[in-house]
Amino acid sequence: MEKMLHISSSPHINTHKTTTTIMLDVILALIPAWIAGIVIFGSRAFLVVAVCIAFCVLSEYVFNLVIKKEQTIGDLSAVVTGLLLGLNLYANTPLWQCAVGSVFAIVIVKCFFGGIGKNIVNPAITARVFMLIAFSTMAKSAFPLDSTASATPLVNLKMYLAADVPTGSERLITLLFGNHGGAIGETCAIALMLGGIYLIIRHVIKWQTPVFYILTVFVFSLLVSKFDLYFATAQILSGGLMIGAIYMATDYTTSPLTPFGKIIFSVGAGAITCLIRFYGNYPEGVSFAILLMNILNPYIDKWSRKRLFGGDK
Amino acid sequence: MGNALVGVKVPHRKHTASVNAKTISAVSEVIMPMQMHIGAPATPCVKVGDKVLIGDKIGEQNGFVSSAVFASVSGTVKKISEIELSNGKSTQAVLIESDGEMKKSEGISVPQINSREDLIEAMKNCGLVGLGGAGFPTYVKFSAEEENFEDLILNGAECEPYITSDSYTMENLSEDIYLAISKILEFFPFKRVIIGIENNKPEAIKKMKEIANRNEKISVKVLSSLYPQGGEKVLVYHTTGKIAGEGKLPIHVKCVVCNVTTMQKLGEFLRTGMPLVSKCVTVDGACVAEPLNIIAPIGTPIKNLFEECGSFRDEPYKVVYGGPMMGITVPSLELPIMKNTNAVLALSEKETRSKKTTACIRCGACVNHCPFGINPPAIATAFRKGEFDEAVKNGVNLCMECGCCSYICPARRPIVQNHRLIKAALKNQKGGNK
Repeated sequence: MEKMLHISSSPHINTHKTTTTIMLDVILALIPAWIAGIVIFGSRAFLVVAVCIAFCVLSEYVFNLVIKKEQTIGDLSAVVTGLLLGLNLYANTPLWQCAVGSVFAIVIVKCFFGGIGKNIVNPAITARVFMLIAFSTMAKSAFPLDSTASATPLVNLKMYLAADVPTGSERLITLLFGNHGGAIGETCAIALMLGGIYLIIRHVIKWQTPVFYILTVFVFSLLVSKFDLYFATAQILSGGLMIGAIYMATDYTTSPLTPFGKIIFSVGAGAITCLIRFYGNYPEGVSFAILLMNILNPYIDKWSRKRLFGGDK
Repeated sequence: MGNALVGVKVPHRKHTASVNAKTISAVSEVIMPMQMHIGAPATPCVKVGDKVLIGDKIGEQNGFVSSAVFASVSGTVKKISEIELSNGKSTQAVLIESDGEMKKSEGISVPQINSREDLIEAMKNCGLVGLGGAGFPTYVKFSAEEENFEDLILNGAECEPYITSDSYTMENLSEDIYLAISKILEFFPFKRVIIGIENNKPEAIKKMKEIANRNEKISVKVLSSLYPQGGEKVLVYHTTGKIAGEGKLPIHVKCVVCNVTTMQKLGEFLRTGMPLVSKCVTVDGACVAEPLNIIAPIGTPIKNLFEECGSFRDEPYKVVYGGPMMGITVPSLELPIMKNTNAVLALSEKETRSKKTTACIRCGACVNHCPFGINPPAIATAFRKGEFDEAVKNGVNLCMECGCCSYICPARRPIVQNHRLIKAALKNQKGGNK
């Protein structure tokens, strides 16, 4: 007989999308926010993110080498984790802390659980929270809690809400363009939204997650402030909400599968974010909120199963 | 009617859509498998050395769910032996050496249809099976209880990429389709006849609307081009709103579904008395020099069809019977086209976009593109843990293997294959418990 033909189970054609192209889309969508961060905070903003990416990729490479697993850095997911972690740090973060955080994200949060698709919490967020707790008391730290060091809009907004007579705070236009204190990639709302629209058009993320997350925070803020439109708008443009709602709450592995599940996830994350922002000790609650919802994710997945065709559930 | 079912947007690649079909008759030998349908294989009723003419019966129907086989060329029976089909099953096959004369059998005469029994007998004598791919004996569908004949659905969706053989039939042989429908309406109490066609076939829609205008019971339902519109349950739902859930057939919701080409072949038989001996087959794929629709005798080896299309431009990566979404790969080009073959494709590696399987990233694409709301990640997890009940709860038995999930998977997980394995394991388990 002539040369054997290739035998396989159907289907015999596939979509053009692969894990790598999806990750590439996320990277592309985050580039404007990174550039904005460099413009606002200077070259150090470039360095911090670059170090995070380098250490994320390197630690995944070394981990796979050590445990003799097939190399997976080609899927670019480690680049996304590094990029997201870096964009969530302040520009003056010591570089060694960036490196430690990156190794934590990849090795402990991702690889120890089995690598891509198996981690139960978002690596970038968990590393950020780890760094927040581990380094916050240091003089030179990733998250200076001392208010003189960085008066972020959220701190100002908290004071704005507490004051009997509201004083002026950041102008909304400033919040939109991001020319204020904060983490490298979280301040420029316009750049983040641009990337978000790109991801929705490319069918990489579903619109439900960011829209319901942001909407929940908006409505919650309106209620808390007795319908102060300025306050509610400033809330959704401040802190890590945009980057969290568009890029971290949409992480495939740690968020629900179905649109309905995504809505539950987002509303929950929005509510927790507001509880922390308005009633907690920390000025910001996006990371904690997403982390908590990540942990609830398996249950949400169970509650939000699709109805089978002809089924009664 | 509820919401439309989801699916995937597959590339159309209907290169043969406006090309005239080419007829081949100069074939030196044909291989006639006795199993070209679902059910029991036919029994060869000729001996080596027998002379046969086109339309002579060479395989006798064997039981209720079975179908007869007829000679597709005139010539001499050279060999009767076991061959292995592309699905891995073995069956007897009659090899006929053609005398090149293509002489028709003298026994061919126009059948007299005066009752429902006559019509059902005609479907049997035509050797008619579902030509969309499944190959279920047509007469069996029409042998159901009287009260089940509410809707007759003609499947002209042709949702698989590349294939245009049904379009060819609808555009050029609409009179045969009309003849078959009117005979059926004469003897069966169907209230409606709905012809479902995807909206990417305006010419076919026009032709079918022409015949629909002649009888108020007949209508054309234009469907959006979203794979798998031609899936039986999907088609029934989108044309009538009826839901045939897990373990149910269209007949359970009072529908009979037939492919348009099946109807055309019935019409041709009623008009001429010539049973099912030839078939319009789409020959396409990036490795084919000149993609064509070819009308060929059933049993023609696949290699002859490719030769007719100027042979291969490149070495094919895969050769597939049927469409690329649900078709079966062919192990050898010596295998023949069968009754239910509507296409043979020679695909290049590039156009399959196949890649190495990587880890599931839980993107949810499979869940959100399944027409039936099946949850493949949950099924895979349940199977790994050996929790079969959980796999059933997540819909594994509802899976029609349309391939949307595997098509859309960015990690190229073999999801359909996994579901086939689980279903087979469940079947075995059930059999073992009895």
